[in-house]
Amino acid sequence: MNRQATTSQTVGPFFQVGLSRFYVHDLAGPGVSGQRVEIVGRVLDGDGQGVPDAMIEIWQANAHGKYAHPDDRQEKSTEPGFQGYGRTPTEEDGLFRFKTIKPGQVLGPDGKLQAPHIVVSVFARGLLRRLVTRIYFPDDAANSEDYALSLVEPSRLHTLIAKKSSKHDGVMEWNIVLQGPDETVFFDC
Amino acid sequence: MASLPGYRRPYPGTQPDYLHPPYISSLKRAPSKPLVYLPHTLSEVTGPTFHASAVDVKACDLTRQHSGEPLGERIVVSGRVLDENARPVPHTLVEVWQANAAGRYQHKVDQHDAPLDPNFTGAGHTLTDEKGQYRFVTIRPGAYPWKNHQNAWRPAHVHFSLFGPAFATRLVTQMYFPGDPLLPVDPIFNCTADEKARNRLVSLLDWETTVPEHALGYKFDIILGGRESTPWEK
Repeated sequence: MNRQATTSQTVGPFFQVGLSRFYVHDLAGPGVSGQRVEIVGRVLDGDGQGVPDAMIEIWQANAHGKYAHPDDRQEKSTEPGFQGYGRTPTEEDGLFRFKTIKPGQVLGPDGKLQAPHIVVSVFARGLLRRLVTRIYFPDDAANSEDYALSLVEPSRLHTLIAKKSSKHDGVMEWNIVLQGPDETVFFDC
Repeated sequence: MASLPGYRRPYPGTQPDYLHPPYISSLKRAPSKPLVYLPHTLSEVTGPTFHASAVDVKACDLTRQHSGEPLGERIVVSGRVLDENARPVPHTLVEVWQANAAGRYQHKVDQHDAPLDPNFTGAGHTLTDEKGQYRFVTIRPGAYPWKNHQNAWRPAHVHFSLFGPAFATRLVTQMYFPGDPLLPVDPIFNCTADEKARNRLVSLLDWETTVPEHALGYKFDIILGGRESTPWEK
């Protein structure tokens, strides 16, 4: 007999009490290969206000396009200093940042490589279930062939692609808009 | 390459909608556009794992994190983490957090006029064993007021966070206590349409895990998304 998955409940406003121990803001230790990037953004609500009590988690492959997980059977190597997991709370104005490396391409369900991407979970007071989205990288030729991006309405694609910061080298800006005309694309996952 | 088996999607009604108007905080935070259906790829069927070396073995006892014992009713909260195919989910990280016996969180945002307990932080974590079992010792949390509506009170609850084997199986939920009169009026508990699904968030008083002369046991089993059948199982 099949059981049914347990019902989700909101993470609430006090998650820092229990979830801070496994915060990881800087994913790539010294010696990890790949292009270093810092992803900086804000979580915004339906009024355009920063969400100060959200938590963002990310999961990504290493620079070779390999996940540190037994179900990744691609013939590529893992790196001891790179787990691919990050978690951070937002600050007062909804700001969050991660330091990591740009992931390599991983295999997609159509047998083609997916464009480099990071998968993202968003938790917050007010969110009864997590939201799932993805971060893609600007000016990557593989974006036009990407499986998940091909499922998205072209007018909303920009919400999934980070922007190069005009001020700082190696910094990408990427906001999460929970609600409204410029709402981020969230996946049913 | 054959496509990877993904994880099963929730049964209709067993998970909350994002917008649940009685829960005021959902009004400006729930997405307004439909989600884009994404068949699971390698990115969703893999996910973070946590090695035993990352875990503090003492973190499963929330009553022994300070010099003295916390005030309140000592309890044992335990259960199994299984998937929808009834298979145990071993070695997965379970994190919990909760208010103290007076209904106050150790958090700067919590302004409830109830005492903090210097002997209670209210945070714990553990890995499930090879049978998917976990066990925490803690104190029963108190109910507390919140600003959702006039005279709103949250029923006593313990927050749970689990990863499971994949990004797709990530779950954050809350465990409640049997017979709590606040459950029928709590907008968060009642956000899920399916009554049986929400009642599975209520733990059971359990004699087997009750420690005589020491602590009542509450059992809370957690089910994570199960994998679609793999080709060799068909």
